[in-house]
Amino acid sequence: MTGPGDQAPTGAGPDSDSDSDSTTGTPTTGTPSRGIPPRRTGPRGAGPRSIASRLMDNRWAGLAGLLVALLAPFVNATPYALSVMTSAAIFVMLAAGLNIVVGYCGLLDLGYVAFFAVGAYTSGVLSTRLGLPLVATLPAVLVVTVIAGLVIGAPTLRLRSDYLAIVTLGFGEIIRVTANNLDVTGGPSGIYGIPGLTGGPVSFYYVTVLIVALAVVGAARLGRSRLGRAWRFVREDEDAAEAMGVHTYKVKMAAYVAGAIWGGLAGVLFGAHLSAISPTSFTFLQSALVLMAVVLGGMGSIRGVVVGAVVISVLPELLRDLADYRYLAFGVLLIIVMLVRPQGLWPARSREAAQ
Amino acid sequence: MNSTVKSTANAPLLSVEDLRLSFGGVLAIDGLSFGVGEAEIVSVIGPNGAGKTSAFNCVTGFYRPTAGAVRLRGRDITGLRPSAVAALGVARTFQNLRLFGEMSVLDNVRAGTHLRIRQNVFDALLHTPRYRRGERESTEQAHHWLDFVGLRGDRYGPARALPYGEQRRVEIARALAREPDLLLLDEPAAGLNHGEKAETLDLIRRVRELGVAIVLIEHDMGLVMDVSQRVVVLNFGREIADGPPDEVRRDPEVVEAYLGRDADEAEIEEARASVAGGRDGGA
Repeated sequence: MTGPGDQAPTGAGPDSDSDSDSTTGTPTTGTPSRGIPPRRTGPRGAGPRSIASRLMDNRWAGLAGLLVALLAPFVNATPYALSVMTSAAIFVMLAAGLNIVVGYCGLLDLGYVAFFAVGAYTSGVLSTRLGLPLVATLPAVLVVTVIAGLVIGAPTLRLRSDYLAIVTLGFGEIIRVTANNLDVTGGPSGIYGIPGLTGGPVSFYYVTVLIVALAVVGAARLGRSRLGRAWRFVREDEDAAEAMGVHTYKVKMAAYVAGAIWGGLAGVLFGAHLSAISPTSFTFLQSALVLMAVVLGGMGSIRGVVVGAVVISVLPELLRDLADYRYLAFGVLLIIVMLVRPQGLWPARSREAAQ
Repeated sequence: MNSTVKSTANAPLLSVEDLRLSFGGVLAIDGLSFGVGEAEIVSVIGPNGAGKTSAFNCVTGFYRPTAGAVRLRGRDITGLRPSAVAALGVARTFQNLRLFGEMSVLDNVRAGTHLRIRQNVFDALLHTPRYRRGERESTEQAHHWLDFVGLRGDRYGPARALPYGEQRRVEIARALAREPDLLLLDEPAAGLNHGEKAETLDLIRRVRELGVAIVLIEHDMGLVMDVSQRVVVLNFGREIADGPPDEVRRDPEVVEAYLGRDADEAEIEEARASVAGGRDGGA
């Protein structure tokens, strides 16, 4: 009603990109959807709309999120807060990438962290061994992540559902174990001394936010394009998609490669942020957390996924006071959210706006 | 019946030649041959399990036939993947509706325009004029085909929210948006009420007027006899008749297939009367 939902694929309005250009939220403000929003009124979204629901459909929501992210350092700029916010932003990028694979295309990938690792290691190795600035490693990172996406995708994407999930899980572990055993990746101790992208943590935070914002906008735009529709056709019914002329294998591969690029670039930011990486950063738990962000936020909903990623990355920090109990509380909170709102915090709308 | 056609010039739109399909030891299709000319309506009928849908799946690339060939305007399309067959101008519907349920009705029909709109990743990321033009055309065409099938329900909401009969229309609209030369309809009237069936009949005729050839699987004999130029009858994977509706209706083997071998004369007469009655009712 108020504006096209992020799933509206028409892209007709001149400003239609702003509607789903969600960006990073920030830790200091918590999340936009705290408090439990009312359940949807019905499958067709008919009937009176609640204020929360209208706010969620607002086309400026994404820009508001970006504004919050940009203003956050003025509220709290301690090194700790900046570090948490930067990590959250990187996590948003990961979630936006996985959302392409899982949310749009419906391919359950349990080893997504593999691409994160490939990106981080490629830039890390090149920058430390060859003394290149991080930016100079980007072309190589793109090439390597695309190849990784193709190599991992080629055999796995012939499988469906559960089988696909298990094989991706395997590839995630293969990448981590490989990094653990190669000399060039520094073995278990990893790589340290990775150069930063910018001078200080504040400027790095802003660079990260801008890159992640672009990545989120890009993912949303892809989602609303011809290719994005094809991804959702595959998710909804692979056979029907084929019957309409959609080469489902190529389309799934495109989703996988796009996910790999997003994950790989997030990996570069990750290495630049921490200046050191090791195989322990790329465990299955990390894949599971990214997937959780996507599901918690709302699969296929770019805004939801951004919120989900901020919640997943920041909540454990906010629960630090609980000391040993914080992961227990984290888990309980997630279970409660999924029970109360199984469709996710900010679900995708299957309704599109009339023009 | 159908001699193998080598030349593309005079080849029928679709020719199925001695098609065989077996699953393990089970013979689903045992030597099916038929042709479909431009803008012709051919029905494939037969009892449940006769192999009708399997034949559809062989034509559209979902199954690879064990033997035989499927030709489109003389070109061998046997074993092509479904999307490649679709790209050559063949569209289909499914026996049990296969809509993209969570997507809007418009998006469902936009699927048919997928191969026509030109747009690459950079167009999508940068929202170039080409992207906007493609999206606009896709939307306009989707509206056009929804108008054509006479959809009354909400186009902007998810397809799953529509009533069953409306979903059937959306599926046909989606197939038409592919702008096919050949449309395969798998029981388009199944589960529809009397009024909806009449509308479907009318829709099939209007599709044919567009110059689209139709292969129809249908159990409603009234509809089949009314709309088809030719009827192919399958039983246990074997083709037992191929001809104009009037001829096929009188074929003793067809009557037997529908009623069983041990039916006595009275029952056969009764069946003939009802088959004929179905035609009269529709005419």
